[in-house]
Amino acid sequence: MKINELIDSHSELTDTAASKSAVVLMTRIRLARNLAGQPFPGWAKEAQKRDIRDQCMQAVAALPQMKRGLAIPVETLDDLQKQILVERHLISRELCHSKAGAGIVISKDQSCVVMVNEEDHLRIQVLRAGFQFKKVWSTINALDTNLEEHIDFAFNPRLGYLSACPTNLGTGIRASAMMHLPALVISGQMEKVVRAVNQLGMAVRGLFGEGSDASGSIFQISNQTTLGESEEGIIKHLHGVLNTIIEQELNARQKLLETDPNKLSDKIGRAFGILQNGYLLNSGEAMNLLSLIRLGIDLDVFPDTQRAVVDRLFIECQPGHVQHAAKGAFDPAQRDVLRAARLRSEFAKLTHPDFTRSIK
Amino acid sequence: MANSLKCDLCSKPATVHLTQIVNSKIHKVDLCEACAQAKGVTDPSGFSLADMLLKASLNPEPTGDAGKCSACGFTTQDFKKNGRFGCPSCYEHFSKMLEPMLDTMHKGSSHTGKIPQRAIARKSLYERLTQLETELDQAIKSERYEDAARYRDELTQVRQSTSGKPPAET
Ligand SMILES: [Zn+2]
Ligand SMILES: [Zn+2]
Repeated sequence: MKINELIDSHSELTDTAASKSAVVLMTRIRLARNLAGQPFPGWAKEAQKRDIRDQCMQAVAALPQMKRGLAIPVETLDDLQKQILVERHLISRELCHSKAGAGIVISKDQSCVVMVNEEDHLRIQVLRAGFQFKKVWSTINALDTNLEEHIDFAFNPRLGYLSACPTNLGTGIRASAMMHLPALVISGQMEKVVRAVNQLGMAVRGLFGEGSDASGSIFQISNQTTLGESEEGIIKHLHGVLNTIIEQELNARQKLLETDPNKLSDKIGRAFGILQNGYLLNSGEAMNLLSLIRLGIDLDVFPDTQRAVVDRLFIECQPGHVQHAAKGAFDPAQRDVLRAARLRSEFAKLTHPDFTRSIK
Repeated sequence: MANSLKCDLCSKPATVHLTQIVNSKIHKVDLCEACAQAKGVTDPSGFSLADMLLKASLNPEPTGDAGKCSACGFTTQDFKKNGRFGCPSCYEHFSKMLEPMLDTMHKGSSHTGKIPQRAIARKSLYERLTQLETELDQAIKSERYEDAARYRDELTQVRQSTSGKPPAET
């Protein structure tokens, strides 16, 4: 598979069938792994890094899960291609900025990614649309076990898998869920939730970090500690926290419907109006409007079939995707015009909001 | 959003605020937009508060000089600067400096998760092979032919078991 083929095919996250969950948009797990007896990427000489990359990419690309996928050195990608991969949550910004010797292997369906020579020799990642920790863990666990057949990982019986940074030591796992929490944001409860989640040893981040105001009410919640607890324990713990947050979000939605239905209808209706008729939309505003449409779908204001369209637009409204679709490099002001045009055409086809089913 | 907090790194007005509690200790970080960007806070997969706190905790007082990692030449100073180690052996070399940090960073100080069974089996098999080869050598040299025959048989057996290892599926 070539990079352009991959970019032009739909990513796991924009997969229409998979995303049925109201609150959890995406489940993701990554494992940090390193080669035994080799310096970590940040300390290795350039030639060593290249050798390590060749060895890792060869082993990873040969895995059955990576069949007909993409395996490519990072330095062969242009900036726009890298940005698109970041916007799809396939690679990190850190990998984009890495100098020589980094690589990427991505499965054909874009659900498995291995970053080579990022902070660690191997960052294995599996992501799926929806709330699917069981499936994601069993996939990544198998991938890691298969890789172990070909690579001797740096491992210490007491400290576990050895990572470049001691914060990833032990299991090397980071499990995270991307959650859509509009009602908690609208009702001003998000700060309280963040504090509570932090107290449980979990981290909360924005979608792309622009702060809760400009991120479409999307948050990533993940474990922070990796040593002293098993992978299953960490996932179970996180799962419990996420279930509580889902409950809180659904309660907050119910409350909004009961206490101020007109305010909610107005927000959703205006969002629809702007998306259908706007001519200048930056990505932050677009995300917030799309967030309200998604909330409308959950509340039966729009048909459920439109959820996939909105989830796809969350990604396709990002700057890299907007430029790719318009086949060129455009400055932010030009992108706002292109983005609005794209949204106008998408929303011209959507049915008008109907508030009678859920909001009375 | 009203606040007058300053960025922990450059003291411009902070717009990104992070709080985390690890082992009932509260840690707070305030950053400006530029530093948050630079530190990868905006990158959902690349940022770790614990990691930043680790660096912050190392900034004022290094815990002595532990010299160089004999495998990769990494020094305590390098660790203080990067917050990362140089190679897997660094974990043994800098273990004294590391132990107290692990307590604040993690739930426990020993690994209870997945173990690379196949790699470990492969390693112990390899070690057994080397051991048998040496023993066979010595037996031949000292003309203990009965022993040598026994070692040779065992060696064949171990070699067969490595070539017939299970295929790479779960
Ligand atoms: Zn700053
Ligand atoms: Zn070292």
